[in-house]
Amino acid sequence: MARYVVVRVLMMPILLLGLVTVAFVVSRTVPADPLSTVVSERQLGNPVVVQAAEKRWGLDKPLPAQYVIYVRNLLRGDMGTSFRTKQNVRQDLEDRLPVTIELTLAAMAIAVTVGLLLGILAAVRRNSWVDHLARLFALLGSSLPVFWTGLFLLYIFYARLGWFPGPGRLDPRAVAPDKVTGLYTVDALLAGDLGTFWDALQHLALPSFVLGWAVMGIISRLVRASLLEVLNQDYVRTARAKGLTERSVILTHALRNALIPTLTIIGISFAILITGAVLTESIFAWPGIGSYAVDSSRALDFPAIMGVSILGGVIFLVTNLITDMTYVLVDPRIRLS
Amino acid sequence: MTIEVRELDTGLDFGRTVPRVPAWLTLPVGVGAAIIIVWVAVAITVSWWAPYEPLATVGTRLTSPTWRHLAGTDALGRDVLTRTLYGTRSSLPIAAIVIAVAVIIGCVVGAVAGMFGGWVDSLLMRLSDITLAFPPILLAMTVTASLGPGLRNALFAMVVVWWPVYARLLRAQVMAVKEQDHVTAATSMGAGQGRILIRHVLPLAMTPILVNATMDFGQVVLLAASLSFIGLGALPPSPEWGSMISEGSVRFYEWWIAAAPGVAILTVVLGFNFLGDGVRDFLDPRTRRR
Repeated sequence: MARYVVVRVLMMPILLLGLVTVAFVVSRTVPADPLSTVVSERQLGNPVVVQAAEKRWGLDKPLPAQYVIYVRNLLRGDMGTSFRTKQNVRQDLEDRLPVTIELTLAAMAIAVTVGLLLGILAAVRRNSWVDHLARLFALLGSSLPVFWTGLFLLYIFYARLGWFPGPGRLDPRAVAPDKVTGLYTVDALLAGDLGTFWDALQHLALPSFVLGWAVMGIISRLVRASLLEVLNQDYVRTARAKGLTERSVILTHALRNALIPTLTIIGISFAILITGAVLTESIFAWPGIGSYAVDSSRALDFPAIMGVSILGGVIFLVTNLITDMTYVLVDPRIRLS
Repeated sequence: MTIEVRELDTGLDFGRTVPRVPAWLTLPVGVGAAIIIVWVAVAITVSWWAPYEPLATVGTRLTSPTWRHLAGTDALGRDVLTRTLYGTRSSLPIAAIVIAVAVIIGCVVGAVAGMFGGWVDSLLMRLSDITLAFPPILLAMTVTASLGPGLRNALFAMVVVWWPVYARLLRAQVMAVKEQDHVTAATSMGAGQGRILIRHVLPLAMTPILVNATMDFGQVVLLAASLSFIGLGALPPSPEWGSMISEGSVRFYEWWIAAAPGVAILTVVLGFNFLGDGVRDFLDPRTRRR
């Protein structure tokens, strides 16, 4: 186990370098003029700006040298300057990351809770209407485009019924809590401000449900399948024969083993969450990485998009690693070499 | 079409088994096939019977659904239903092209990597690892943004996203199949590598590719719509589901602008999901659902 972790962690920088290389190749070979990827169109006529950019990115040097400069700048945390916000891309990303983390964590919590519940219900009441309904609900979530679901839930629950607040993270008149983690719900609790906490939580409800719904299906489908498999096994029969209640057979005996395969899927779900976050954030005016990516690509703000892609890739690699490791920890039968 | 109806009828007889209907043909599979057949038929024939022109102003702008305009009209007075129906003409061909090209590239890469192994294999697989390390939508956004918006570039971006999936799948299959006895027999009879690959390995290795391709069809439709929604795919005024929903999202209270294209996406994705289950059970009876 220890060796496996070491090997995987050592592989990370190599994969990251590969990621950066792909990003570099795309940025230098695809557009007609590489200068257009670091200097905005309006500034291309300005010789001072152009010269500064050429120096910063080594554009007057041969391609391999440019690559070295690019990687060195990245290591220093220099991802270039966004055309749109005129800020260092790294700064932009740092500001927006907690917003996305809050949304994805909440969405994941909803997806796991409801997904588990639906999966168990479907397996226990297999082939009944409960099963069919649970599966249909989960399938709808993964088949509907999140930007459409978001739009309609907003229309129904905000515009028509008024049960939930509109887009944004807080009431427009409210003041954001002091920044500690950047997660409004957590920060409000830390400040002891229950009113703001409630406000932030209400604003979080719809977008995180929309995002969570998209992932729920994968989780509930897998829980159902693996629970059905486990329920056929001898030890479950033994538990029933001992006269245990069905509830305790399922919850304490069967579910534990059924959960193992589910853990792996959380890594995959995370990929879908990132994709979904991009679109959900832009519908709910949620100022995170996702809406940053959308606004940047609408403005053809190349350095910003590159920054988001690299960050997304890093998050993706790290979550995959963590998932694989938990999998080994949870199931002692698995020995990875 | 008549066969389709019979399948649906038998599917509704819960519990009773009718021996003539094969096990892979369940109610969802029938429904999925029916949905896809209808949408393909719409894509082919829509220009002969659609009540309006997709790009023409044909009514008062922003009217909610009426008998004259079943799905209402948009901000430019165009008929939303007509535009949604015409949307099949971009979504379905895009998905078909992306899947076809990704499958071809992925199969060539996967077959070469699986058959020959060695450094070629390592190189190709690391390349696919790295491609898979980007979240799909971000990769597609990066590629499209550097090429500029437009359907052709979005198409290219989606191929970049999808080929590694098939490459990895086929490689695993090829590596398993090439160890089988009939391949050893063919080798001992002096067959060349290329012949073995095409005649003896690929036919047995293609099943999961076909299953995945069917299931991915819906996902490509979703991603294409997402890119258009962001503004990187189809450009206005062409009728495309993602960009229609995008137009609807700025007119929040005129809900009908986005309603029909959303339902269209949903049905297509559901249809291919159901159909994919059927293809899987048909090709590989071992995986049949309980």
